[in-house]
Amino acid sequence: MADHLPTLLFAEHDDASLNPVTARALTAALALGAPVHVLVVGENARPAAEAAAKLAGVAQVLLADGPAYAHRRAEPVAALGVALAGQYGAIAAPSTAFGKSVLPRIAALIDVMQVSDVVAVIAPDTFERPTYAGNAIQRVRATDATKVLTIRTAGFAPATEGGSAPIQPVDEAGAFAGSRFVGEEIATSARPELTAARIIVSGGRAIGSAENFHSVVEPLADALGAAVGASRAAVDAGYAPNDWQVGQTGKVVAPDLYVALGISGAIQHLAGMKDSKVIVAVNKDEEAPIFQVADFGLVGDLFQIVPELTAEIAKAKG
Amino acid sequence: MKILVPVKRVVDANVKIRVRPDGSGVELANVKMAMNPFDEIAVEEALRLKEAGKASEVVAVSIGPVKTDETIRTALAMGADRGIWVKTDEAGIEPLTVAKLLKKIVEAEGPGLVILGKQAIDDDCNQTGQMLAALLGWPQATFASKVEIGEKTIAVTREIDGGLQTLDLDLPAVLTTDLRLNEPRYASLPNIMKAKKKPIEEKPAAELGVDLAPRLQLLSTTEPAGRTAGIKVGSPAELVDHLKKAGVL
Ligand SMILES: Cc1cc2nc3c(=O)[nH]c(=O)nc-3n(C[C@H](O)[C@H](O)[C@H](O)COP(=O)(O)OP(=O)(O)OC[C@H]3O[C@@H](n4cnc5c(N)ncnc54)[C@H](O)[C@@H]3O)c2cc1C
Repeated sequence: MADHLPTLLFAEHDDASLNPVTARALTAALALGAPVHVLVVGENARPAAEAAAKLAGVAQVLLADGPAYAHRRAEPVAALGVALAGQYGAIAAPSTAFGKSVLPRIAALIDVMQVSDVVAVIAPDTFERPTYAGNAIQRVRATDATKVLTIRTAGFAPATEGGSAPIQPVDEAGAFAGSRFVGEEIATSARPELTAARIIVSGGRAIGSAENFHSVVEPLADALGAAVGASRAAVDAGYAPNDWQVGQTGKVVAPDLYVALGISGAIQHLAGMKDSKVIVAVNKDEEAPIFQVADFGLVGDLFQIVPELTAEIAKAKG
Repeated sequence: MKILVPVKRVVDANVKIRVRPDGSGVELANVKMAMNPFDEIAVEEALRLKEAGKASEVVAVSIGPVKTDETIRTALAMGADRGIWVKTDEAGIEPLTVAKLLKKIVEAEGPGLVILGKQAIDDDCNQTGQMLAALLGWPQATFASKVEIGEKTIAVTREIDGGLQTLDLDLPAVLTTDLRLNEPRYASLPNIMKAKKKPIEEKPAAELGVDLAPRLQLLSTTEPAGRTAGIKVGSPAELVDHLKKAGVL
């Protein structure tokens, strides 16, 4: 009977605004075939709920708003998910840091085995998901009555706007005293966000320093109107912040254009970007594995090529 | 305080895996295996806490079939004090089941902290730590990049989308590690020798009272649609022409 129950989709948001990955996850949730209720959890999160209500295909928005949900700590949010679970046939969230933290907690508490990182919905109980850094795609049937799914959003087109779903407040499910929010360092940038960007310029170890990211990578990104990404090696070395990491264990992206600068193309990096529409690689080693997935390759020193490329782009955009 | 570190045996991160032509799974015969890299980071963090006088004992636990003890031995060679091997007939036990088995071990051992890797690089599920925390009713901090332990609480900085977040958790708690928490040590030869004498307790999974049956039916395993190498272009100007034609500028 669970098939006929609606689907609960957790929105990704920061209270003030809805993250665009929500619209992509909605497309996956709608593919299950049941009405979709979007759950917005937070503190002072009405603006995000209003944005969610405008997405086409949303039957209802649930707004759980209160101090208990400030910063969306996993424990109280999971308790809310558990309280609502009985009314739903499926519970889904985008595979963001938030979704990854909360959904397994709900799944365990309702005794369901979660399907992580869904890239295709084959049937309401059958899904495809990547394993081994995307080198083996599993097709699995979930036999639990309730499905718990995280959605790898890069592979789903965003749902459009044009809806006007009602916003329904929901009661708090109880506080959790065992953890406290201490602080946050969230970078603000005028550039598009990595997971929402149409174009991404990423730098690798070869960039050599944080200063070079500013003076070499970012001007090209800005000329293209692109987001900036990085390889693990560049993040580990402190050249780029952690949230720029693209890959198996970082962000998974599929922009129209991905430009890899001084990135060798390790499988863990490819796992995060190989579904991009067009891939460009700049690398001085013509044997670098990145060229095996690149549509267009430029062999040479990036410190010479990238400023020229930036100038050419600026010229082309006139 | 005792720290429990669950570790998983996986295909080595440097191996390029092959999908079996019949779609039944990934070829695991004669493939180099290793400890899941995130679990190495978990072992390292536990050892550092012990070396800083914040923990009294580090216990490594792994769930799996024959040869799983090799991975426990690796943790012992790094410096863990003893091991627990929850023996199963097969590999590939689902995270929900693993979490239930680990809960039994936690109940028997009474650790003040459990540190796990954030994901295993074979199934890439990213679930077990959160599930274990849920089943225990403990607070969790996933994707840890910095840990500061106090008397009764632990402050954990986490890698989240957009930056970093710090949480303060009451102990006991569950942490999962991210890449930048530390750089795991290599086991020295003397420590590898010493590890051979450290105890590994064996517990058959079937005796822990947990239903081991999988909930996900694996229908098929396939290779992703491949990409073919494109062309090398001679200059930035030529590249821009191509990008214009491709309609991506
Ligand atoms: C568990 C685990 C998880 C991982 N997760 C990720 C992940 O999520 N994302 C990720 O990216 N990696 C990940 N990695 C790391 C991955 O294996 C590689 O080590 C990493 O991607 C390498 O980064 P890189 O390409 O920048 O550096 P390198 O491999 O060192 O490549 C640098 C490249 O720059 C080129 N170069 C040098 N100088 C110049 C120049 N002047 N001009 C042009 N080219 C130049 C070189 O030819 C080389 O190809 C993971 C590894 C493990 C074990």
